[in-house]
Amino acid sequence: MNHLPQAWGRPRDDIYGAYDHSYLPQTHANTHPTTHTQSPVVTGTSVLGLKFKDGVVLAADNLASYGSLARFTDVKRLKPFNRKAVVGFGGDVSDMQYLDRLLNSLDVQENYSGAATTEEDDGEAPAATADGEGGEDKHKAILDAKNLHTYLSKVLYKRRSDFNPLWNAILVAGLTTPPPPAPSTSTSSPKDTTTSKPTGPAPSRKPIPYLAYADLLGTTYSSPTLATGFGAHLAVPIMRRAVPDEAAAAKLSREEAVEIVKKCMKVLFYRDARSMNEYSLCVIDGKGVDLQENIKLEGESWAFAEGIKGYGTQTV
Amino acid sequence: MTSIGTGYDLSNSVFSPDGRNFQVEYAVKAVENGGTAIGIRCKDGVVLGLEKLVSSKLLKKDANKRISTVDRNMGVVYSGLQPDGKHFVSRARDEASSWRSTYKAPIPVSSLANRMGSYVQAYTLYNSVRPFGITAIIGGYDAETELSVDGAVGSGPKSGSGGKTKGAKEGGPYLYMIEPSGTYWGYYGAASGKGRQAAKSELEKLKLDPKDGECISLEEGVKEAARIIYVAHEDNKDKDFELELTWVSSVAGPTKGRHEEVPKALREEAEKLAKKSMEGDEDDEEEEKMEE
Repeated sequence: MNHLPQAWGRPRDDIYGAYDHSYLPQTHANTHPTTHTQSPVVTGTSVLGLKFKDGVVLAADNLASYGSLARFTDVKRLKPFNRKAVVGFGGDVSDMQYLDRLLNSLDVQENYSGAATTEEDDGEAPAATADGEGGEDKHKAILDAKNLHTYLSKVLYKRRSDFNPLWNAILVAGLTTPPPPAPSTSTSSPKDTTTSKPTGPAPSRKPIPYLAYADLLGTTYSSPTLATGFGAHLAVPIMRRAVPDEAAAAKLSREEAVEIVKKCMKVLFYRDARSMNEYSLCVIDGKGVDLQENIKLEGESWAFAEGIKGYGTQTV
Repeated sequence: MTSIGTGYDLSNSVFSPDGRNFQVEYAVKAVENGGTAIGIRCKDGVVLGLEKLVSSKLLKKDANKRISTVDRNMGVVYSGLQPDGKHFVSRARDEASSWRSTYKAPIPVSSLANRMGSYVQAYTLYNSVRPFGITAIIGGYDAETELSVDGAVGSGPKSGSGGKTKGAKEGGPYLYMIEPSGTYWGYYGAASGKGRQAAKSELEKLKLDPKDGECISLEEGVKEAARIIYVAHEDNKDKDFELELTWVSSVAGPTKGRHEEVPKALREEAEKLAKKSMEGDEDDEEEEKMEE
């Protein structure tokens, strides 16, 4: 007879037979371990992002695929959060909807404290003054692109750590206010810090373009040119040719940036089998968010396909 | 109150022999001591105003806002016990967010008023709780344009979503007031707190009923709200106060469908006009005295 504590008070197996776990819900039966999403179902393909001197361009096509089937052709994958941040989603569309609702409720909560949604707010961080005044009411902070990226990457990392990932790769684009320059400590000894005060209010810091990536593993990185999915292989090299580094991005005009991204969208449509020729394009700069959701691919030509050899039944 | 002292006023959930719940009536008394709160339902939006009595000179000016936002398109202002008000607002926010998680759309003002009315009423039923010591005014704007479902990714069928009556008017500005008993009504103009009688008689002079022709505009409403708060403050002149004003319009209006503070420039203008009209009244009174 089993005298182990876990058997105390239970019907004896030798009299009543082993417990029939099939009556229990699947998660409690000893047959299988608990499982979560093993693979995405309805998916969106690449999202492209490119920084230019005043802001960021973001683009993604309007297709949601069901496996290799082009199932939904009007799915908008660029989601503006506020006038400073837009999120572009690749990967599972239902997880995108979940995150979209999560961000929606975050925005509602952010507004409880009377966050600045009025025109007069110039969106800049309060200039810290010596007496600790946090600036006037026109300087109320809102969540910027960097804050949003931090938030989303932690949501994604938490979910992967629960072995229940949100199957997305996302780009967060927009503006952020750079941190204040570190106070120079070399000129004064620690004792002086109490007596020396800033001579005036710190100059207000101008928001700068921000672009960063996060994915289902919680991985994050940032670059002036970014893409998720297939775009990381096909579009990034093209974008890098024009914008190899931050310095190049700081010289790029809005028109040039849009032109490069449009060119990449065309290449992606030619070479990515899960893409379509209608896409959304978004420009975020100091003026706000300019989102176009139904751009048709221009100047489409498959003439180049004639020259491609080496696939299928061709014998060369 | 003939029954006072007979023990029927000591507990909620017990009626007096003449059918009254004294605890609720005492809660109303608590409200009557609070700073005046008003709401005005205008043609194209709602204005909420509050006479925020300054309890200490050590409090920072224009901080500690008392008019709260619920969801994006609604505001709540209340007179009475502040902690009760804070809890009321917190519950209203929970209701709004739970509505969103169920229906994937913002809660209509009428539904929020209904739910909050029920919530407040529940606090008149049990002897383990006391009623809310506040009268709350809820003002909001239900979108007239068709809103997309939260999280929707596509545009849906081209032929329009089903179940809609063609040409039916939907949405608009709404204003409700909830009392400690849980009673709530929709209003054209609502006032509560110490100066409510003066405020109500001023509100009655405004053109707010659409049946009487064109209602006042939102901007006029802001100016009237400021003036009415100043009028209501007349009986309470020994105390300092700050004027708090918020508004909500349609998506096409100045607040883009959101409940927000009235911008500083407009608030200051409204306040200046209010002060001027008060001085004007005083001059009139003096003139009348001279004539006598």
